[in-house]
Amino acid sequence: MGYPQKSHPRETPVLSKHFGEGESRSLDGWKKRGGYKALELALQMTPAQIVDIVKASGLRGRGGAGFPTGVKWSFMKPGDGKPHYLLCNADESEPGTFKDREIMRWTPHALVEGCAIGAYAIGAETSFIYIRGEFQEPIDRMEAALKEAYAANILGKNAMGTGKTINVYVHKGAGAYICGEETALMESLEGKRGNPRIKPPFPAVSGAFGQPTTINNVETLVAVPHILVNGAEWYKAMCLSNPKSTGTKLFSVCGNISKPGNYEIVLGFPFKDFLYDLCGGPTAGRRFKAIIPGGASVPIQTVEEAEATLMDYEGFVAQGTMLGSGGVIVFDDTQSIPRQVARLTRFFAHESCGQCTQCREGTSWTTRILDRIVAGNGTYEDLDTLLEMAENMTGKTICVLSDSCAAPVVSGLQKFRHEFEALITGKRSSTVAGSQLAAGSSKLTAAGTAA
Amino acid sequence: MSAHTESYAPVFVGKRKDELAALLTRYPTKMAGLLPALWMVQQDRGWVSEQAMTEVASVLELTPAYVKGVVSFYTMYHQHPVGRHFIQVCTTSPCLCNGADKVVNAFLEHTGCKELGITSADGKYTVIEVECLGACGFSTPVQINADTIENVTPDKVPVILAGLK
Repeated sequence: MGYPQKSHPRETPVLSKHFGEGESRSLDGWKKRGGYKALELALQMTPAQIVDIVKASGLRGRGGAGFPTGVKWSFMKPGDGKPHYLLCNADESEPGTFKDREIMRWTPHALVEGCAIGAYAIGAETSFIYIRGEFQEPIDRMEAALKEAYAANILGKNAMGTGKTINVYVHKGAGAYICGEETALMESLEGKRGNPRIKPPFPAVSGAFGQPTTINNVETLVAVPHILVNGAEWYKAMCLSNPKSTGTKLFSVCGNISKPGNYEIVLGFPFKDFLYDLCGGPTAGRRFKAIIPGGASVPIQTVEEAEATLMDYEGFVAQGTMLGSGGVIVFDDTQSIPRQVARLTRFFAHESCGQCTQCREGTSWTTRILDRIVAGNGTYEDLDTLLEMAENMTGKTICVLSDSCAAPVVSGLQKFRHEFEALITGKRSSTVAGSQLAAGSSKLTAAGTAA
Repeated sequence: MSAHTESYAPVFVGKRKDELAALLTRYPTKMAGLLPALWMVQQDRGWVSEQAMTEVASVLELTPAYVKGVVSFYTMYHQHPVGRHFIQVCTTSPCLCNGADKVVNAFLEHTGCKELGITSADGKYTVIEVECLGACGFSTPVQINADTIENVTPDKVPVILAGLK
């Protein structure tokens, strides 16, 4: 089906196949669609067998980092006498990303099943789904599905009659982007402020409540049942470019584009076809100017870079950015890049937990300087200061929020410097066609400060 | 005990007390019940007062200062009363480029709220800007209390407000 757009023929709906169908939300409806067959299979296997299948499938984390899921699971040692925890990261807050929301709204049992399999595979009896507090409808859908699953003895002390204990609970967040960072999420779950932890120790050694913990994104976990039912080879065969990027991936598309929504494609799909064919290209009379393809934390791409990209983990890196969470934000030629960059850094300044100096000071100063430039009061020195600060904000803090704030600043200045300079020299803002300003910008750079 | 505290009716009595006790069985520590307990307070009282923080601290064997530290970290706990309809308009980048700022202005205008975060004189509305609601493909999403409304444009604002009870 697809939601909010109907599935495009070039999509490969696996996870999103039942988006938009109300019936898929109930236990009966989900079972009719093949639900819980994978869990039944899984509970007949050993945890190690499940981990091996997931490893062989090539599935990688869909939350942003792209770490191989089976490898992550293999760090857990079932039978070590400690309580283990599986955490599902449903704190979807990365600007541009709204795929987990639809997974939970339309197919809540898919996530219950994914969590149950994941918990069993890592030797955990308890799984917490940490959902951001603003997602009241997804929370209600998940709670309703869990209630059904407990009533049907799919979960609980005798999960599916196997004598195994599998509990899955929802834990509601309370408004903090940083809690999507895995160790901040653990702190928050424990009833603390969401301050990220220094690693090591890594979660597999000491995670939630000081116990071995695995944390996976919603989309990662809902892929697992399909892999168990159809086999690792089936999953691995879904690959259009680099063999290290397998399976389907949901991309959320928003901003200035004809058909915003969620699209599921096989990794390696050409980004150009995706943007113009699936998503309908720019709105009437406009053209694309810039694209942030993986959520607000990844570098901005020019249209030329985006059009040359193959949509997988390696393909985005090759074109100067990252796949991230798959949240595609499109800006057209009506948008001012400095204004948008300033808005992004304001977001990160608002969400900084304030533990690390580089982030606490850097995110807010960066925003103040950018606001000054946007207001027409900037100087060339400001551009140098921004880049110098960005360098100090990258790779020097406990978590990567600071790096994420620096990404749009550095890429924005590298690729759209003329728009910042136009604001400094008092020309009209950056919505003017790029080429005219770009022609003038080399002179401006020479006359101003060295880049 | 101050007169203030004596006049405070505790939240965690009767059904609420049992609910919290049942919830705590999910977690290995009492502290983990803090976010859920604060949600219960806010659901019942509309906001989280200093007295409520003190009560939660006592119920979960924490200190009031600790609880306040946690409350203040998260944006969704209200530390003061808010309007009956708490209106959050997403203005993060993807929504901004589709005109979210105009949606904010429309809400301010039609609710009579003088500025962001200041409750209207009749106590009905509080309007704030919120960072990414995670519904970027439906810009502009607006959250009113627990409900998210998708694809809000300035012209729809009067109709939305008229539909609120």
